[in-house]
Amino acid sequence: MDRDTRTALQFLVPSFLFVACFSLYPISESFRLSFYRMILTLPWLGRKFVGWENYADLVTDPVALDSFITTLVFVIVSASAELALGLCMALVLNAAFRGRGLVRALVLIPWAMPTVVSSQMWRFIFNDRYGLFNYVLFQNQTERYLAPLADPQLALAAIIVADVWKTSSFAALIILAGLQTIPDEIYEAASIDGATPWQKFRYLTLPLLKPALLLALLFRTIDALRVFDLVFVMTQGGPADATNVLQFYGYKKTFAEGMLGYGSAISVAVFCISLTLSTLYIRVMRSSLVEEPR
Amino acid sequence: MRATSALLVASVALISVFTLAPFLWFVLTSWKSASQIEAIPPEIIPEFHWGFYRSALEQHDLGRYLTNSIVIASATTTISITIAAAAAYAITRFPSRWSRWYLMLLLMISMFPQVAIAGPVWRILHYLNWLNTYHGIVAAYISLSLPFAIWVLATFFKEMPYEVEEAALIDGCSRLQALWKVVLPIAAPGLFTGAILVFIQVWNEFFFALIILTNPARQTLPVGIALFPGEYTMPWGEIAAASTMATLPLVLLTLIFQRRIIRGLSAGAVKG
Repeated sequence: MDRDTRTALQFLVPSFLFVACFSLYPISESFRLSFYRMILTLPWLGRKFVGWENYADLVTDPVALDSFITTLVFVIVSASAELALGLCMALVLNAAFRGRGLVRALVLIPWAMPTVVSSQMWRFIFNDRYGLFNYVLFQNQTERYLAPLADPQLALAAIIVADVWKTSSFAALIILAGLQTIPDEIYEAASIDGATPWQKFRYLTLPLLKPALLLALLFRTIDALRVFDLVFVMTQGGPADATNVLQFYGYKKTFAEGMLGYGSAISVAVFCISLTLSTLYIRVMRSSLVEEPR
Repeated sequence: MRATSALLVASVALISVFTLAPFLWFVLTSWKSASQIEAIPPEIIPEFHWGFYRSALEQHDLGRYLTNSIVIASATTTISITIAAAAAYAITRFPSRWSRWYLMLLLMISMFPQVAIAGPVWRILHYLNWLNTYHGIVAAYISLSLPFAIWVLATFFKEMPYEVEEAALIDGCSRLQALWKVVLPIAAPGLFTGAILVFIQVWNEFFFALIILTNPARQTLPVGIALFPGEYTMPWGEIAAASTMATLPLVLLTLIFQRRIIRGLSAGAVKG
């Protein structure tokens, strides 16, 4: 081993130790446990190897299937809304106007605040007796006031609204960074050729922005798949399991019911969905750090 | 031209209202009186009572949550950035197949659902008797923040000129000396940006804190705010006061370091 490699390894070891102990080992444990039946509330059963049984249970468990569909709806609706809104915000924030720095900083606030705080905030806004949401919709007609978080028809929508508010600015940031890489000259050339603003947006901005849009979409998708804080604070998965997303279901099975094996199988399933998406992301993005070393 | 600028002003106003109004409403709530909170129609201007802050501090131990959050987030940020700087340096200065593999591995890990990691981490910390301790949660948070920190720092280091450092090496500096005396001063802005991002991530983290810190004496602000007592009558004034105090440091950070944050996030994402 030459001297440079040895130095490089010395610099990498501290980070690798942490990652190995608190990320890699736990992940492999989760994979292993998903093949065992282990229930903390029934300790006399011990730890029994059951092969693929947990996964067989998972695909036939009606609650898990509902949870999968709920997660899917949440991911698709929130990620596409965040992308659309993020694009609009990025286009505005990219324009030149006085006070742009301040507005950019303001837009960052929802992203920077703790999700737990924004969840309590939206829970307050959706309050059934004096929430701002009801007042905006029905003013003084209190008899028509809704309880969105207690209504199985509305709870998921309410959670999506809270998520879109919190994370659109992150999508906007990624898209803004993409916008800034587009050189002004091509717009000038298009103007000389007589292109309308819409044509410039449709045939120049959108195609050139595709990588940034895709990146924002995949970041948001992978994050939305793992939504937990919002659900924990706003609905606890209810009412009637209407917001019981996969990561919350996995948490409930593992930590509230002590079903370590089954809970692990749920988290491995979530991981497999994320892995498929992240592989797609790496394929599409061709990161400069990974692809072209110095 | 005038139509365009009117449209621009309108959209800027719309964006500002969309992002600010809900949070501002919550902040104003923290200064209202109990009857104002339940008033219909809503009263926008509060009476500027500090009662909810006092009761959050005295009856709900907000001060303790605040201390825990500050200790845990600062310790994690310091250690994590130090370790990440070393790793990012090795990755960018000695690129090999392995360093690329390592970056991919980190990316993979950062996409994992927390549920899959939290259970076994709980058992490790339980075995070490580290549950409900600062060092236990900090150890878990360091590894949680490392993938992102290494990615962001590696992007910054890659942009740095190699020549200065080479000159130092030729002049007889050791690698460690070169890193300490030449690279770190140049990399300071990048390290600082990374530190802000890690601090925000750790300050806001909820899942691991919820599971590892079951003793209220060690819980952080997000856990305290999420588990605020009250099943039927929510103490909204106190929750709003605690939320405002938990968010204030982050609002200040974003207002002051807006440029750095945007640059750091987009460096990690678009160029990375």
